[in-house]
Amino acid sequence: MVECTVRFRVGPMATERSAMFDLSRVDWQRLALPPLGLIVVVALWHVACVGLDIQVSVLPRPSLVLEAAIKRWDLLLSEGWVTLKETIYGFLLALVLGIPLAVAVANSRVLNLTFYPLLIALQSVPKVALAPILLVWLGIGIESKLAIAWLVAFFPVVVDTAAGLQSTPRELLELARSLRASPWQIFWKVQFPAALPFIMTGSKVAVTLAVIGAVIGEFVGSSEGLGYLLLSATSQINTPLAFASLFALAILGIVSYLAVVLVERLLAPLLPPTTRH
Amino acid sequence: MKPFGVLDDVRKVFERSELGRGAREPLVAIESISCTFGEGELVSLLGPSGCGKTTLLRIIAGLMPKSAGSVRIRGEEVVEPHADFGFVFQTPNLMPWRSVIDNVLFPLEIIGRLDAAGRKRAHDLLEIVGLGDFHASRPHQLSGGMQQRVSLCRALVHQPTLILMDEPFGALDELTRMEMNDLLLDIRVRTRATVVFVTHSIAEAVYLSDRVLVFSRRPGRIVEDITVDLPYPRSAATRYTARFSELDQRASRALGVIKDVPPPVAHGASDDGPHGGVHGALQGGTHGH
Repeated sequence: MVECTVRFRVGPMATERSAMFDLSRVDWQRLALPPLGLIVVVALWHVACVGLDIQVSVLPRPSLVLEAAIKRWDLLLSEGWVTLKETIYGFLLALVLGIPLAVAVANSRVLNLTFYPLLIALQSVPKVALAPILLVWLGIGIESKLAIAWLVAFFPVVVDTAAGLQSTPRELLELARSLRASPWQIFWKVQFPAALPFIMTGSKVAVTLAVIGAVIGEFVGSSEGLGYLLLSATSQINTPLAFASLFALAILGIVSYLAVVLVERLLAPLLPPTTRH
Repeated sequence: MKPFGVLDDVRKVFERSELGRGAREPLVAIESISCTFGEGELVSLLGPSGCGKTTLLRIIAGLMPKSAGSVRIRGEEVVEPHADFGFVFQTPNLMPWRSVIDNVLFPLEIIGRLDAAGRKRAHDLLEIVGLGDFHASRPHQLSGGMQQRVSLCRALVHQPTLILMDEPFGALDELTRMEMNDLLLDIRVRTRATVVFVTHSIAEAVYLSDRVLVFSRRPGRIVEDITVDLPYPRSAATRYTARFSELDQRASRALGVIKDVPPPVAHGASDDGPHGGVHGALQGGTHGH
């Protein structure tokens, strides 16, 4: 995994097809510096804990966190799996419902004026505030987490997809029209491919937000998931386990982000090349 | 030549709603245009920017509704686009996510005629424009001139009987533009299609056309209908003939570019020799003397 940093980009992400196995072309700095940064931070953390004699319940040494992670790896894995499921389902639901809504909003002035203000109003409501209500409606099972993950992931999908569809070059639409293309052909052969880079950008934002949504749901009420594990560990003053859950969450976020990047690369033949930097 | 297209008293007024915010009153883009063109003719619409020539082309293509008058192609009133027309835009207008050949095949896909013969024709066209080896490339890998050639192939692949070209070479550099002009003449000989060609380059209009319709400033009217009797095949040498200069001057005069120079004497015009008019834009000050 060469890319360790989670990057958000405005606009289409460039595909990186560097020759990874050509040693002369390996970017050593790119390979070495991110782990080095991690090592420096962890070392500083360790020195601070030992030097300032910080209590374990406040900030455990890195080694204790690692120990907790190794000891309870089965728990982290099973709870992580729950959170991952909530994230993925919420994200996929955001795509399945968000893209059609974006198509409707982008193609119809009436629907745009009817629903877009509502969507923006919805976005400005803090999702944490909605979580208790959704919990009342949907119970403490996976449904409520999924709903919150969906809510937070929905907005970037809709907004970016709509922007992509509307950014279709007017002349390309005229070309299709000059050939008497059907609305269906115009959508599939022109608008959708033109919007695809935007949809990928929205998806990358949405998937990381979905993780946050799932954890919010777990915080407000649940009996499983990494958010739940983190809460119960802190309530038992098991700070090393709480930190281990936190790292598991970070890894989960990165993995789901990279999964979207992977899909983007698989779709690279369909995406317009963009110059990097 | 039997009449192929007949335009009768075509008028276009953009209403305020079409013009967007800030428009105080409707804009008369085309006052009244009547003309005919024959089958297989190449007719240029020549005029200054904003004179309505592109608007007229879009109306002929059925891409834009007209306010009044009639446009008949082969006796049929044009009210919407016709799949039998090919349109070449000012920009190459290629789909960046498609390869060159898939861009060329796009019209066949849309009209449901994507068969082996069509594919072969697409490859042949790329061969003719000198891009045979680039069929698998992506548009961004090509230069602007190459992209416009792909665009030309795309407009021809479904064998349209009428090709509408909207300043297709306007964005190209001078040398590429001259190459493209020769290419277009070559393609015309092969396809025998009727072409309506919008340009603001006097030299390009004269070099390519059978007829040049010179437009006034907005609101557009046709101020002169020049029959270009230069013999075929035309080549670079054609640009330096006396007749070319005469026609070039006549078009310039109709455009109001040259005012104080007396009309050329038939045999004296050859003194002009290679002149700035080849460059095309409306900077005709050097014409004559």
